[in-house]
Amino acid sequence: MTQDLWNFLFIGASFALYIGIALKSRAGTTKDYYVAGSGVSPFANGMATAADWMSAATFISMAGGIAASGYDASRFLMGWTGGFVLLTTLVVPYLRKFNKFTVTDFLGDRFYSNVARAVCVVCAIFICMTYIMGQMRGVGLVFSRLFDIEIWAGVLIGAAIVFFYAGLGGMKGITYTQVAQYCVMVFAYTIPAVFISMLLTGNVIPQLGLIGDFTKGDAAPVPLLTKLNELNESLGFSRYTDGSISKLDMFCITAALMCGTAGLPHVIVRFFTVKSVKAVRHSACWTLACIAIIYLTAPAIGAFARTNLMSEIHETRYSETPDWFTNWEDRGLIAWVDKNGDGVMQHSAGSLFADPTKKPMFVGARPEDGPREITNELSNNQNEVYYDKDILVMANPEMAGLSPWVIALVMAGCVAAALSTAAGLLLVLSTSISHDLMKKIVSPNMSDAQEVMWARIASFVFLCVAAYFGINPPSDFVAKTVAFAFGLAASSFFPTILMGIFSKRVNKQGAIAGMVCGIALTLSYIIYFQFIADHNNYVFGISPEGIGFVGMLVNFGVTTLVSRLTPPPPQEIVDMVDEIRIPRNAGVATHE
Amino acid sequence: MPMNEPSNNATDYWSKSLNITGLILGIWAFVSLGCGILFRDVLDASAPNIGGAPFGFWMAQQGAIICFLLLLVAYMILMNRLDKSHGYGEEDE
Repeated sequence: MTQDLWNFLFIGASFALYIGIALKSRAGTTKDYYVAGSGVSPFANGMATAADWMSAATFISMAGGIAASGYDASRFLMGWTGGFVLLTTLVVPYLRKFNKFTVTDFLGDRFYSNVARAVCVVCAIFICMTYIMGQMRGVGLVFSRLFDIEIWAGVLIGAAIVFFYAGLGGMKGITYTQVAQYCVMVFAYTIPAVFISMLLTGNVIPQLGLIGDFTKGDAAPVPLLTKLNELNESLGFSRYTDGSISKLDMFCITAALMCGTAGLPHVIVRFFTVKSVKAVRHSACWTLACIAIIYLTAPAIGAFARTNLMSEIHETRYSETPDWFTNWEDRGLIAWVDKNGDGVMQHSAGSLFADPTKKPMFVGARPEDGPREITNELSNNQNEVYYDKDILVMANPEMAGLSPWVIALVMAGCVAAALSTAAGLLLVLSTSISHDLMKKIVSPNMSDAQEVMWARIASFVFLCVAAYFGINPPSDFVAKTVAFAFGLAASSFFPTILMGIFSKRVNKQGAIAGMVCGIALTLSYIIYFQFIADHNNYVFGISPEGIGFVGMLVNFGVTTLVSRLTPPPPQEIVDMVDEIRIPRNAGVATHE
Repeated sequence: MPMNEPSNNATDYWSKSLNITGLILGIWAFVSLGCGILFRDVLDASAPNIGGAPFGFWMAQQGAIICFLLLLVAYMILMNRLDKSHGYGEEDE
């Protein structure tokens, strides 16, 4: 069987499964549509949340990012898992007890104000929109690489599938497809890792392979990381286990990612689908366990891929390169220029191109006897090799010489990761319009059926917008705006929810002022350094990725100060806060 | 007990749950932001290696995640016990 056939088979089968599940769980009421009737088991919700959480970018690029930057990438590993501890201890049990459909519901009621509600709607749409564009792009890329179709066709196929089960099935449809998608993802991520781990370290468990010995070849076993550090140093890179980001910046970025995670609406609402506060705590353990399986594998894959790549490429004659090298060269993700004309590939620190931010520009297909020609201006260092870090996950099975079905499984995993996250985001986007805007602000007398109809219309419109930007991404806008999503969540939702629960004195003036100041600082800092300034002289060395943490502190400060200077919230709000602190009788989520 | 009356039981429950949350988050910050970032250099140099990995590096890449998971399990057990002792326990899930 050819590789293409395997790919069709695996992706076709996974799509059939998702559609089958969607048909079985169509949503009839708003309760089904928004929170899956609040009857999901903690384990199922754990898997669904993990699938929701792991986006196409995490699945495809994270291990490659770790391979490229070693210790520095720990900020993602800790940030994106540590956030769940904040989420579980500070946010979701109380919001579940509050017993409404959306995060905006809580903030609008707690701060007794439609202005607060409107600010939240805008934040939620902005956060989810920046995110979902990247997902649609991811689906398109995977399809175009797999089946040699145009990216727009891939994006449209992905959008149609997501609309089918998220738009029609709502939270109920999403939840059970996400469970299936998690299963696809976890196998797709770990199976290649197991084989590569056995190849390089002789250890069946890849998570332990990272701290194990490198045993490939005839040389005496040395610890893998020691081997990797030596390889790095001999080629002029910095040591794999050393970082290059300053401590303060690293601290701020990690903290911003953690707090951002705890404030992302599409993750919070997943916990509204379980039955009780006790079930929320239970489900959070499953969620983190499901995520940890993949996040503990990622650093191992990163280290393996880096070792493999460097030892296979460096000082290898081009005519003797392994098949995967030329395969990915054909797809434009690897390039080699013979700078010193010896026919041998030299790989070392520094970019192949004079402008390190540029991607290779190829002329024509690969000739029989040499590399593809590129037109970029070259740098004057020794390095002759360019590779896109995304290939470290996608080409991993080929590098390790695994059979075609494993490669097809990895591709199905990439698609599952993109679709599951897109669906979760789409739900928050459509609920923001149908519930928070139409039902709560514009026309409160709307019927249940009308609300669900509005939600479906909104998901269709948002999907069209997301698909448009997936097909025509505004330059490297998507990559840059990831900082926005987490920065905004960390400086708006997280501190405001937190003070809404843990302080009875915080009032609407404080909350609104705090959110506005936190967002304004974060947004303007990111926009200034990402789009306007052409230098990197960050204030105190804090990069735009980490500014959300500072924005959060500002939000806390302003909210407390303004609340002290204005009258306390009314008695019924204080009673409401007392009520959500006690876990009993969470009941079924409602919007009455 | 009536729901709207903040009773001694409810106040006691809240202060105890704040203690649990504080304890969990203290350890959380120590293992991740502490061991993984602030004290990493010291730990890399002087603490024993985990397998072939320097201690601080390992905490940042894998150790912290394992600790997070244990913390969530501990939080679940402690809070469920607290619920029960104050009569807020729920039998089903």
